[in-house]
Amino acid sequence: MQDLPKVWAEERIARSSLGKKSFGPWDAVLTQQILCRLLTGHSSSSPALTRVCTTDPILQEQSVPARIPTGSSSPRPCAPRLHGRYHEMAPNVVPMDYTKDPDVKLPMQLIINMPELKENPFKERIVESFSEDGEGSLSFNDFVDMFSVLSEMAPRELKAIYAFKIYDFNTDNFICKADLEKTLNKLTREELTAEEITLVCEKVIEEADMDGDGKLGFADFENMISKAPDFLSTFHIRI
Amino acid sequence: MGKRKKCKLRDIMEDVGIEIDGQVESDSESEEDEVKDKRSKKQTRREIVRANRLERKKSQKNKEENESKEEENCPQQSRASRRKNHRMKRNDGKKGGGERDKKASSKDEKESENKEKKTNMKGKEEENKQKKGRKNSASSNSSNSSDEESLSEEELAMLMEEVEQKKKLISTMRNKPWRMMKKLSVLREAQAFVEKFEGALGKGKGKKLYAYKMMMAKKWVKFKRDFDNFKTQCIPWEMKIKEVESHFGSSVASYFIFLRWMYGVNLVLFGLIFGLVIIPEVLMGMPYGSMPRKTVPRAEQATAMDFSVLWDFEGYIKYSALFYGYYNNQRTIGWLKYRLPMAYFMVGISVFGYSLMVVIRSMARNANESTADGDDDNFVFSWKMFTSWDYLIGNPETADNKFASITTSFKESIVDEQESNKDENIHLRRFLRVLANVLIICCLCGSGYLIYFVVKRSQTFSKMQNAGWYERNEVEIVMSLLGMFCPPLFETIATLENYHPRIGLKWQLGRIFALFLGNLYTFLLALMDDVNEKLAEEDVVKNITRWTLFGHYNSSMENSTATPAPLDPADVPRGPCWETTVGIEIVRLTVSDILVTFVTILVGDFIRACFVRFMNYCWCWDLEAGFPSYAEFDISGNVLGLVFNQGMIWMGSFYAPGLVGINVLRLLTSMYFQCWAVMSSNVPHARVFKASKSNNFYMGLLLLILFLSLLPVAYTIMSLPPSFDCGPFSGKKRMYDVIQETIELDFPLFVAKIFGYVANPGLIIPAILLMVLAIYYLNAVSEAYQRANAELKKKMQLQREEEKNKRNNKASTNSMMQDLEDLLAPSTKSESSPKQAEDKKKDSPNQASPVGKQEKAEVLNSSPIAAGRRAAFIPPPHVLVTRPLTPGTWAPYPQPRQPWPGGRPMGPFPGRGRGQPRYIHPV
Repeated sequence: MQDLPKVWAEERIARSSLGKKSFGPWDAVLTQQILCRLLTGHSSSSPALTRVCTTDPILQEQSVPARIPTGSSSPRPCAPRLHGRYHEMAPNVVPMDYTKDPDVKLPMQLIINMPELKENPFKERIVESFSEDGEGSLSFNDFVDMFSVLSEMAPRELKAIYAFKIYDFNTDNFICKADLEKTLNKLTREELTAEEITLVCEKVIEEADMDGDGKLGFADFENMISKAPDFLSTFHIRI
Repeated sequence: MGKRKKCKLRDIMEDVGIEIDGQVESDSESEEDEVKDKRSKKQTRREIVRANRLERKKSQKNKEENESKEEENCPQQSRASRRKNHRMKRNDGKKGGGERDKKASSKDEKESENKEKKTNMKGKEEENKQKKGRKNSASSNSSNSSDEESLSEEELAMLMEEVEQKKKLISTMRNKPWRMMKKLSVLREAQAFVEKFEGALGKGKGKKLYAYKMMMAKKWVKFKRDFDNFKTQCIPWEMKIKEVESHFGSSVASYFIFLRWMYGVNLVLFGLIFGLVIIPEVLMGMPYGSMPRKTVPRAEQATAMDFSVLWDFEGYIKYSALFYGYYNNQRTIGWLKYRLPMAYFMVGISVFGYSLMVVIRSMARNANESTADGDDDNFVFSWKMFTSWDYLIGNPETADNKFASITTSFKESIVDEQESNKDENIHLRRFLRVLANVLIICCLCGSGYLIYFVVKRSQTFSKMQNAGWYERNEVEIVMSLLGMFCPPLFETIATLENYHPRIGLKWQLGRIFALFLGNLYTFLLALMDDVNEKLAEEDVVKNITRWTLFGHYNSSMENSTATPAPLDPADVPRGPCWETTVGIEIVRLTVSDILVTFVTILVGDFIRACFVRFMNYCWCWDLEAGFPSYAEFDISGNVLGLVFNQGMIWMGSFYAPGLVGINVLRLLTSMYFQCWAVMSSNVPHARVFKASKSNNFYMGLLLLILFLSLLPVAYTIMSLPPSFDCGPFSGKKRMYDVIQETIELDFPLFVAKIFGYVANPGLIIPAILLMVLAIYYLNAVSEAYQRANAELKKKMQLQREEEKNKRNNKASTNSMMQDLEDLLAPSTKSESSPKQAEDKKKDSPNQASPVGKQEKAEVLNSSPIAAGRRAAFIPPPHVLVTRPLTPGTWAPYPQPRQPWPGGRPMGPFPGRGRGQPRYIHPV
């Protein structure tokens, strides 16, 4: 196991020393070298990149989990936390050290038992739509992906895309009546009668289907969800 | 070969030399200034560029001459240089070709970029790509090179544009629905690019500030969230009400919200009355027993502490600060010189004033909310379906509640939907509705007469000395019975009407309101009779009292010359004090109402639920589904109970200041008790319906009852003389005289004068007229707005439908077109064809535009910023001749996104060792 805090400390020192320099045109040489190494894949701990990552907060969440697999550990607590959560689900399988970019995937059964997802009626769908193979097993990247989309900072459009994926049970890129029925049954724990279910499904299609094909395409879905007042507040998970 | 190279080098050197000079000049300024000045300088630069161009043309001619001279030195080169010149001219002639080159090169770049993404690790391949790209760029550069100045500027602009794009890409990275791997690689690359060129453009300085800003924004969001959480936690009983709402629907919850609101209002009233009247009186007023009005009469003293007497609010309670009669008419009390009678009067008025204000304000706010909410009803079910689950829920109990509430809300919407789709026999429905109304009116009349009868009877009973418990409480019993049995009767009759439950609830509320109103008014009439009687009695007693006192002092004067021993306050004969009587009546009614409500809930709901639940195991039929079953929550009865109770409080608070305290206790207990009762022993309505968005109907009822309860109080204050020996206004002709007295005694003279003028009817009547006119005007305006609003809504609806239809039509026409296409070319993909067509459309103007745009740019050069931006779009028409001489040499204008091929740029030219691209900045 790598000594993470130590590495962070080193990085911090590196960053601070770099930060003192004025970042004028004369630093370009340095940057250039770094970039060359970076793009050719040799560089693992370029201070320049670290600096970009850490000074631009938008990037942080993206870049930080991103940087774990590439070897340099992150100065931000967020990614270790996510990684910690990922690790604690299966401490035997998931290594603490991601420098070698190991190919580890956790099965759906483990993920949906997280307290954040446990009560969610769509937990299986959430995990499935974020897993790369569609089977429901998540690599750490997928895991980070999931919580980045469900985070508070993610924009509406992105959330809409994944919401569409989640509610599209049969993955045919349309939300059809069968999908709607499944959604409704999950939402109400099957307490509605059959007529009520058909009524609701018909109404949903009638309301949101703009192109008249009897099912909701993504355009329909986005149009509908973009006007929803509490979509953003409900479609997010804090971890 | 070597010679040739040298010549070329010299050529380039000449060109670059100028550049370097420019760079040096610009470098003398600081980078930031450069950026700032750029805009202002652009104008001047343009001019200089133009001048340079002219010079260039001249120098070109010179060059040719020079070249011919050079030819002698290096004759092999002449062909090449001529070819080059030719090319230059050709390119000047048609810029399009050069641009096409550019496009091609940029395409190559993109390709290479994509490959970079894929193969981050393979450096060699990349290098090759870079070389290719550079070759392309070099060729394109060489293809149009007659104007270096404009080139550098445009290059710069382009670079900036690119950096901006990358930055944008970075910031919008999270919007991209890519897999994390792709995001990572793209992000890394974009970062690298920005990092590389941002410094070159001198734009990296704002980064820290930006980071700080972003961090603060994040913190702010978090703070706001926490604060919101805190606020919701501060709302009393929010969780209880939400729980009830999730199981019983918003209609039941609306009652509890109303109850909570009422509790708040009553707390304020309680504070007013206790803080300004009761506590000063208790602290600073004369103590108990010091005056006749503060002492229990001798005849009652024996039983004054008995519970039965206290329960009737007689005895010690009657002669306490809870009732009007206890207060003294002393103008000021205590060391604070607190004007208690004045305070009493003002508090009595401000109770009404505050209540009116609060009710009307909340009604106005509700109306606002309902208009604001009612805009987008288009996606009721869709939103319920896709946004109702809160992904934050992680607690099993909360999840259960949420499931229940979602189901309930779906049921509510389904009921609404079914109601709007219902079609039926209109004539039968109308007949039934008329019949139901007739029946209910009969019921109302009957109950009204019954109450009147009972009140009359109670007056005769009250004269009898030995009336039993039943006789004394007959009115209350009858009223409670009516209140218990009439509402269910009405509900049964209302089933004939078959209204939507929400509208049905309103009718039910209105009817029961009428019933209770009848009760209330007969009660008030009886009370007025009582009061008049008491007033007549008072005249007699007044004389007796005077004579008694006179006789007492006379006798004591006769008996001894010393100061007479004062008559014991308990022995002084006193008047009936009608105000206290009224207060006691109302308090009694309130208390009995509380008891009846609680007992009804306990017996009607809880015992019944227990019975049904536990006797179901050993009973002949199914109790739960059959006859008794569980009780539903009676919204209308509870709401009206609350409203009328409040009316009683308003009416009685003037004569019994302690009443508000009792009411606060009542509301507090009933909140907990009813919440418990609902959750434990009620079942949701068969048709759970959504409460109307604003509970303005409740508020309307409340306002009505407030007005009605204001009337008798105002009447008694304005037209009845206060009792002569009790209360803060004793000894005055009318209660409101206290104001006049205060003005006369405590204010300077001119205030009294002003008050006199203001109170002049000649001023009041015009003021009222003005107010009426203002109301009329505002009403008209609001109506106009409403109409406009409705019109707009209709339009929006129409538009939406039109859009829908259009899309449907388009889809159909599309399919027709597709059929046609299928007929013509069976291999074409039907779905992709329209999209492709669109894409082509999008592309074509882009392809066609640049030339035109360039011309426009030339024309519109007057605005420097716009010109700069435009320049970014146009590939530079003139680029330096930069053919790479040796592999690995530094190219002066590397295409953006291209990493450097070698670790360190090498070059023989001064200033290049730093690897900094240099641009000309003609100053």
